[in-house]
Amino acid sequence: MAPSADRSSGPQNGADELVRASAADLARRLTAGEVTSEDVVRAHLDRIAAVDGAPGDGRGVAAYLHVSGEEALATARDVDARRAAGEQLHALAGVPVAVKDVVVTRGTPTTAGSKILEGWVPPYDATLVERLRVAGMPVLGKTNMDEFAMGSSTEHSAYGPTRNPWDTSRTPGGSGGGSAAAVAAFEAPLAVGTDTGGSIRQPAAVTGSVGVKPTYGGISRYGLIAMASSLDQAGPCARSVLDAALLHEVMGGHDPRDATSLPDPVGPLAEAARSRDVRGMRVGVVRELTGEGFSAEVMASFRSAVDLLADAGAEVVEVSCPTFAHALDAYYLVMPSEASSNLARFDGMRFGLRVEPSEGPVTAERVMAATRGAGFGPEVKRRIILGTYALSAGYYDAYYGSAQKVRTLVQRDFAAAHEQADVLVSPTAPTTAFPLGSRLDDPLAMYAADIATIPANLAGVPGMSLPSGLAADGLPVGFQVMAPARADERLYRLGGALEALLEDRWGGPLLASAPALDTVPARPEVATA
Amino acid sequence: MSTATAPAATGGEPLVAYDDATARYDVVIGLEVHVELGTATKMFDGSSTAFGAEPNTQVSPVSLGLPGALPVVNRTAVEHGIRIGLALDCSIAEMCRFARKNYFYPDMPKNFQTSQYDEPLAADGHLDVVLEDGTPWRVEVERAHLEEDTGKSTHVGGATGRIHGADHSLVDYNRAGIPLVEIVTRPVAGAGARAPEVARAYVAALRDLLRALGVSEARMEQGQMRADVNVSLRPSPDAPLGTRTETKNVNSFRSVERAVRYEVSRQAAVLDAGGSVLQETRHWHEDTGITTSGRVKSDADDYRYFPEPDLVPLTPSRAWVEEVRASLPELPVARRARLQAEWGYSDLEMRDVVNAGLLDVISATVAQGASPAAARKWWGGELARTANAREVEVTALPVGPAEVAELARLVESGRITDRMAREVLEGVLAGEGTPTEVVTARGLEVVSDESALVTAVDEALAANPDVAEKIRGGKVQAAGAVVGAVMKATRGAADAKRVRELVLERVGAPQA
Repeated sequence: MAPSADRSSGPQNGADELVRASAADLARRLTAGEVTSEDVVRAHLDRIAAVDGAPGDGRGVAAYLHVSGEEALATARDVDARRAAGEQLHALAGVPVAVKDVVVTRGTPTTAGSKILEGWVPPYDATLVERLRVAGMPVLGKTNMDEFAMGSSTEHSAYGPTRNPWDTSRTPGGSGGGSAAAVAAFEAPLAVGTDTGGSIRQPAAVTGSVGVKPTYGGISRYGLIAMASSLDQAGPCARSVLDAALLHEVMGGHDPRDATSLPDPVGPLAEAARSRDVRGMRVGVVRELTGEGFSAEVMASFRSAVDLLADAGAEVVEVSCPTFAHALDAYYLVMPSEASSNLARFDGMRFGLRVEPSEGPVTAERVMAATRGAGFGPEVKRRIILGTYALSAGYYDAYYGSAQKVRTLVQRDFAAAHEQADVLVSPTAPTTAFPLGSRLDDPLAMYAADIATIPANLAGVPGMSLPSGLAADGLPVGFQVMAPARADERLYRLGGALEALLEDRWGGPLLASAPALDTVPARPEVATA
Repeated sequence: MSTATAPAATGGEPLVAYDDATARYDVVIGLEVHVELGTATKMFDGSSTAFGAEPNTQVSPVSLGLPGALPVVNRTAVEHGIRIGLALDCSIAEMCRFARKNYFYPDMPKNFQTSQYDEPLAADGHLDVVLEDGTPWRVEVERAHLEEDTGKSTHVGGATGRIHGADHSLVDYNRAGIPLVEIVTRPVAGAGARAPEVARAYVAALRDLLRALGVSEARMEQGQMRADVNVSLRPSPDAPLGTRTETKNVNSFRSVERAVRYEVSRQAAVLDAGGSVLQETRHWHEDTGITTSGRVKSDADDYRYFPEPDLVPLTPSRAWVEEVRASLPELPVARRARLQAEWGYSDLEMRDVVNAGLLDVISATVAQGASPAAARKWWGGELARTANAREVEVTALPVGPAEVAELARLVESGRITDRMAREVLEGVLAGEGTPTEVVTARGLEVVSDESALVTAVDEALAANPDVAEKIRGGKVQAAGAVVGAVMKATRGAADAKRVRELVLERVGAPQA
């Protein structure tokens, strides 16, 4: 269903026009000297002040946990000065970006959405943040997320949920609902997300934005607060395929501080995004991700997009990946196992929250227990307990061991499917955005939101979500593209082409038809920026 | 059967006399030795490993376990691990992974230790050691694996220095992440009553090996090498292995020996009384020479090992392994055999030299031109005694191989006598200069001027007419008194043998 023009009532002109511009467009205008980075950053800070509110205040999008207005403006002025002095700058210099709060930022509070890190100010930058800084990209702030990236709705944030800009009574997906909502609500042209089981792609799907999980190791994990080390992957969130490619190129490439980082330099992704040619490309529709569990409306939007690709010259085939049926089960053993170990360091001894037991002796062990008891939310505790159990002597082989075997099988299914297809496609999420609170008491229903995204994490292959249209409920539907490991450029080639075909049909970007957002009281730090 | 006796003041448990214990039980030991590798930086990050810096200054996000930090393997540490593995005749894994050992403790920043579990870097080797009486003993090595050290806790305010009863604890993370190699033996059986001696010899031989390899200074007193000593008893060598105890952090050769002896006596008393030995870690008390119960190991102890997902597997190429093998220095056992052959020492002499830790100084002294016999004589005699009296290592004396070689040359050239050499050595030890300088300063040169000597002999004979008469009368042994007088007159600078010849000559006695 195409959006109608009269529903488009976002920001219109002046400073508001700057927040609607794509990152590619802003980059071009900054380079040409038509706008300054300071103007661009101010426009975004104003937008944040107008619509974001704050998590927990019950109003606004609440995409941000922390807004770094002064710092972003300082970076912007620096970039403007250097540009004025004739310095050769990175293509994205001056284009602002938001960063998911699971990524450490030197000097800026980083909580991973958890009370256990409340007030912690990291003494170092994640590698990807260093790369943003080297490129001269002002960091607007840290985006909201499910605690330690555990969740599919951002409702497990210890600081309150983010709301979906399309319908603020609904969730923006998760765990990276903050980053997805920030770009969808025009509060940032670009954002960084992380994706362990779908945390970039599923929020992109339900907010009508674009999100990419690169090949495992494609962007350094150094400085990502780990949930599941073998699955975690940072990636770009944007409003267009090209913008995602531009941000991906800034952050990607080998990092000697991450032993699992790929040796490859990042490929020509923006070029792939611009090529818009799918003729002869073999597109495999994954049978197991297109049937049971996926809503009829989602399937209709997906089928329609596949037909567009076929019309444009792509060769559409159906492929079967039978072990994907076990992917969710394997994921919920591997992920909590690794998380139980990764989260052991949050013990009140060196950083973050420290809680002393209310009675009895104050021993190290009791302080650790009290801190963890008070600092972790219920979903985090659930996964730590699951993982601790799965790794226990006597259960290891049956649980962690078996799950690793399933991973191998999933990889084999991908490899077999790619003998028939250059890219694999499916809907990103089984449904459109679900109402706030609707799944909080049903973890299995919550976990099911990631059924289509998890296989790519288990296999380490890249995946993208881009919008394929609106369902009858007026909410966006996500279209997922997957490719073999280290073939990320295929995502951008197909994604860029499909996006162009769809926008021709819609008469413009899908997000242009998002409803206007209410103005809400600004949070204090933005009001003073 | 003798009854167990409780040691009075030590606070220890009932003991059985060691000889009685080993008469009734077969002793099986095992050793786990942790070695800090002498790399410039830590196992998984770039922090310095230098000893003795201000607490918590040699740290990084990685070694502090800050959120988001990731490990990267130190290649030099892996190379050191391979060197150790090859020197222990182990096979080096073609592919091995690190694993996480999960447990909570404040000195472990991540609350897991990155170690190796079922895929060690090196496995199935051995170390040949020689006991004090020269008996060779082969200790089988099960594995050598890489891991990281923990931080160091200091418990303040308690009576024992341990965490229980402490008022508060301080943690220094400078040590956290320092590369360790853990070398684990297979159970050492069959040593019987000599098990403590085997344990000591093994740890000493391992220390020598590690130093020869240049991978660690292996100073036990600085904690660069720490031994965990496992001991179990069984009724006979055919019986299955008994329950073992693990005595942690024993930090000298002597303590290794004592800890085994103590555990043998203690466990024998437990078994004699019809009890069973608890599987537990035990603390070694250097001052009292006893072990006390630490933590009881139980099925609840579960480290939930799993492969470290932040690291890729280690895959040391065969070319690299062979390169390391080709660069191995001569190992202590081979070196000993070669030096013994070159120096012509008897087995007994060689054993004494090795046991006294004199191999290196003697080798250096020979290299400076001394004869192996002279080098052994000085280092094993006068200097060893001096070092002993001063309670220092011989290497800490103000006399080195160059001085000893010079001394030996002075004696061999006849410039000074053996007796004078001892005086020269005294002078050198007292800081009076080089041996030659001391000879000059103290006027200790042998009087080789024959006429001066003849005069001195004549003077002595004239002063002792009765003695001269006795000699003439055939009492040749009476010449000793005149020789003594001449030596006294020349302050020992004369060659006593020549003086005696002259005395007999001057009185006209028949030459013997």
